[in-house]
Amino acid sequence: MILTVNHVTTYDYDAPMRGAVQSLRLFPSRFDGQRTIRWDVEVQGGTRGGSFRDGAGDKVEGWSLRGPVSEVTISVVGQVETTDTAGVLRGHRETVSPLAYMRETTATWQSAEIRDLARDAVGETEDALDRAHRLSTAVAEAIAYRPGVTHAHTTAAEALAQGEGVCQDHAHALIACARALGMPARYVSGYLLASEEGAPHEAAHAWAEIWIESIGWIGFDPANRCCPDARFIRLGSGLDAREAAPIKGVAQGEGTERLEVTVALEQVQQ
Amino acid sequence: MVDNFNEMYDGGKVREPYKRLEDWTNAMPTELRAMKQAEAEALFRRIGITFAVYGEGGDPDRLIPFDMFPRVFTQNEWRKLERGIKQRARALNAFLLDVYGRAEIVRAGKIPGRLVFQNEAFERAVTGFTPPRGIYSHIVGIDIVRTGPDEFFVLEDNCRTPSGVSYMLENREIMMRMFPQLFRENRIEPVDGYSDALRRTLASVAPAKCDREPNIGILTPGHYNSAYYEHSFLADLMGVELVEGQDLFVEGGFCWMRTTEGPKKLDVIYRRIDDAFLDPLCFRPDSMLGIPGLMDVYRSGGVSICSAPGAGVADDKAVYTFVPEMVRFYLGEEPLLNNVPTWQCAKPDDYKYVLENMADLVVKEVHGSGGYGMLVGPKSTTEQIEAFRQKVEAHPENYIAQPTLALSATPTFVQEGIAPRHVDLRPYCLVGEKIELVPGGLTRVALKEGSLVVNSSQGGGVKDTWVLAE
Amino acid sequence: MLSRTAENLFWIARYIERAETMARLLEVGARIALMPSAGHGYRSEWESILQASGTAEGFSAKYGDPVQRNIESYLFFDRDNPSSVVSCFERARENARIVRTALTSQVWDALNGAFQEMRRLERMPRSELEVTELAEWVNRQAALVRGAMDATLLRNDGYSFLNLGFALERADNTARLLDVKYFVLLPSVDFVGSGLDNYQWQTLLRALSAHRAFHWAYGGEITAAKIAHFLILNPQSPRSLITAVTMAMEHLDALSRGYNKSGPAQMRARALVGEIAETRVEEIFDEGLHEFLTRFIRDVGELTEMVQGAYLSGEAR
Repeated sequence: MILTVNHVTTYDYDAPMRGAVQSLRLFPSRFDGQRTIRWDVEVQGGTRGGSFRDGAGDKVEGWSLRGPVSEVTISVVGQVETTDTAGVLRGHRETVSPLAYMRETTATWQSAEIRDLARDAVGETEDALDRAHRLSTAVAEAIAYRPGVTHAHTTAAEALAQGEGVCQDHAHALIACARALGMPARYVSGYLLASEEGAPHEAAHAWAEIWIESIGWIGFDPANRCCPDARFIRLGSGLDAREAAPIKGVAQGEGTERLEVTVALEQVQQ
Repeated sequence: MVDNFNEMYDGGKVREPYKRLEDWTNAMPTELRAMKQAEAEALFRRIGITFAVYGEGGDPDRLIPFDMFPRVFTQNEWRKLERGIKQRARALNAFLLDVYGRAEIVRAGKIPGRLVFQNEAFERAVTGFTPPRGIYSHIVGIDIVRTGPDEFFVLEDNCRTPSGVSYMLENREIMMRMFPQLFRENRIEPVDGYSDALRRTLASVAPAKCDREPNIGILTPGHYNSAYYEHSFLADLMGVELVEGQDLFVEGGFCWMRTTEGPKKLDVIYRRIDDAFLDPLCFRPDSMLGIPGLMDVYRSGGVSICSAPGAGVADDKAVYTFVPEMVRFYLGEEPLLNNVPTWQCAKPDDYKYVLENMADLVVKEVHGSGGYGMLVGPKSTTEQIEAFRQKVEAHPENYIAQPTLALSATPTFVQEGIAPRHVDLRPYCLVGEKIELVPGGLTRVALKEGSLVVNSSQGGGVKDTWVLAE
Repeated sequence: MLSRTAENLFWIARYIERAETMARLLEVGARIALMPSAGHGYRSEWESILQASGTAEGFSAKYGDPVQRNIESYLFFDRDNPSSVVSCFERARENARIVRTALTSQVWDALNGAFQEMRRLERMPRSELEVTELAEWVNRQAALVRGAMDATLLRNDGYSFLNLGFALERADNTARLLDVKYFVLLPSVDFVGSGLDNYQWQTLLRALSAHRAFHWAYGGEITAAKIAHFLILNPQSPRSLITAVTMAMEHLDALSRGYNKSGPAQMRARALVGEIAETRVEEIFDEGLHEFLTRFIRDVGELTEMVQGAYLSGEAR
């Protein structure tokens, strides 16, 4: 499948800022499931900084803007050819040990309820892959998709208690459950092509990956009750949403920030 | 106490390195001593070496007590120590390079992966990046204690930003000013080459992109920090900038200083702040001290950071146990310096032993520092032991325990005259293009009679440390 | 040098200069208190001293009515008053501690010594401290600091930032002192025929340590025009406005030579000096002394902001 992406993020400041710095994890991963045809990232009026690929295989690029800054616009235009690998992150080069993904973070804190959910979901199952699937299903059932009820800092435990949330909450909950059972897990950010039935999700998407010793990293998307396939574009990963964020930035100054995001994902007809 | 080794005496005889000091003290009347002590204090205060103690109100300009009685090593003793220290510094750096790369030592089963990768100090953000020359810890402070003429043990390694080197340098400076005669009579190896060696070390790890004499800066958390004096002192000695986070910004893949003439590129940062405060984009988002975007510049090779972010995983007290293993694994050598035997409460057998023998052990928090979060069993009350036991029981994996060593003592000026007091030693090993160690270090002394805690934050003092030339 | 270092140096000088101004004001106040004709005028003098020091608001919030003892401790010892002598010395020393390596040990010793002695003074019972002695002590300490700077510092950019601090603070302080008393110098007072009120103008000259120098420079009958000339236009007078802005200009020029780069601050300083150099006393009175001083204070403020923007803010490119 060939997907085109048009993603524009704008930060508006009500008072001019002295300067801004961005760290972008906004580049398609390199693995068997995707091939980048073209990909352009641009920060309007900004200066491109260094870029590198980190130990988890993500490409990161720094940008900076000199003040006064009253608006930061980050635009991504690209085209990626994807193939379905049944969620398996095959052919992805990375050096970090999966054990590094066992660390708890605030967002993925394992409450007693999280641990109960995980334990009940897997029951007697020993097979790791089966366990992972069951966890994903359990999370999907425990947290109904509902936009607007959670926010950027909602933790997995909070979302579970609330029983509602969006893809970020699903991913956090699944990660917390997996880690509670001793399975390394991480947060993945990317894009998802809207399906025709109009299943509920956003084009800027997030899901989880769980480490299965015999296979490797496998993606699970509780929000859509599936494993990532050709409709997904994978960008980067981290311990939680904050770490895996495609855009991290700070602006120096007193102004308050207003964020506007538009993402358009389309399949190229062949 | 009576059993402890006194470095000045061998039975009733004065040991060789202290021979001349005996005459010196005998010839010094009490009044002169008091005068000299006051003079030393005035000098310290004038120079501005003061030490702010964490969590204490009181005088922010408190001096670290300085004891004028030097601690002395023979050339032979020092050579052995030097070889052991350099060996250890090499192994620690090899370990860091390895665990941020393929982690062969974990694959080989020599150290549990959990201990490395789930360690708080392991920075996932720097995996896949090799710093210049593959060096992570450029200044390794190794804390050493002595229990006999030939018995030295490493108490802990400090791979991040070991402090105290300014005292090593100033103690010597002040001793030379006050007792020039002593230095004429004893042939004492100089330590003042340290600042040049440090500058060379830092310059030697400049990023590959830097094609001229590198600009070096010491990154300090600011003048409220208890070690601010040391930061400014070292910057001055080396002739490099002393910068705070607010003085720096990133642009175009490089790090820049804000100067009165416009931006000036900074190539090497000797940072004296913790990883967490380096870059709010990468680590703590609430950090006011950091430089947003610095880690991106670092990982793309625009600036060097010393010690490298993530170096702390090698000086963790739980990882410490495996340092002898690192020496064997990476260098194929036997360790020249021994570890203190250590029980890890994370291991069930060790845990049991520790709980049963708490009154005889020193129990330490794995991530604690500065003598806090630690229990000295034999010096504690039953209540204190009980309170600490509860802490250990709550989080066994956070604690290790060691036997109470019969720490050596050296003669020290006290109210009543001269009396033995326990000491340790922190030499500073520099790792860059070369591995260098100036002959000396910081001797810390527990000024309270019988006390084993030498930390300045808990009433310890410092001494000049001599290595005699041949 | 680092912009922050330059800023620290700039403020060391400003605080020292300000401490001196405070001390002189205190001395003047103490003298007035000894005058037999105290009464009503006496109280308004203390008020004008608070006005001149820019601390009137803070004082009345804390103490209400201006009582001599309270004013003395507020201007000298009070840490709640950011302009008190104690606050100034403490901040000067703290700034110096931050940039220790940009100073010589002599300068540090002078600043640190002043600070240590000040802490000793603070511990003494107030009743043992005479205001005039305190004021003299401040002047002596400030002189030691200036002396150490002049004798030992390299004549580099850091030296210029220090002197810019002295010059701009002095320009501001002198202008404010004058402004508070501008009514004393209204020409109309002359016309009334009684000549200038003796202690009013003495107060003014003393506040600027200039009463002796004035007589040497002018002699004869004292007129408002002579005093205004002396404190504003006379380049021989160490605290006149023209002397202060000329000093600022010279150090800005030194910076532009050293950095090979000139900017709006240099232009503004030159314009300011040029303008004052061509001004005649009559013109000042025509414009209105108060109006002239208000304009001058604003000009100096703008120049200070330019220095800030060009060198101290770290935004220089």
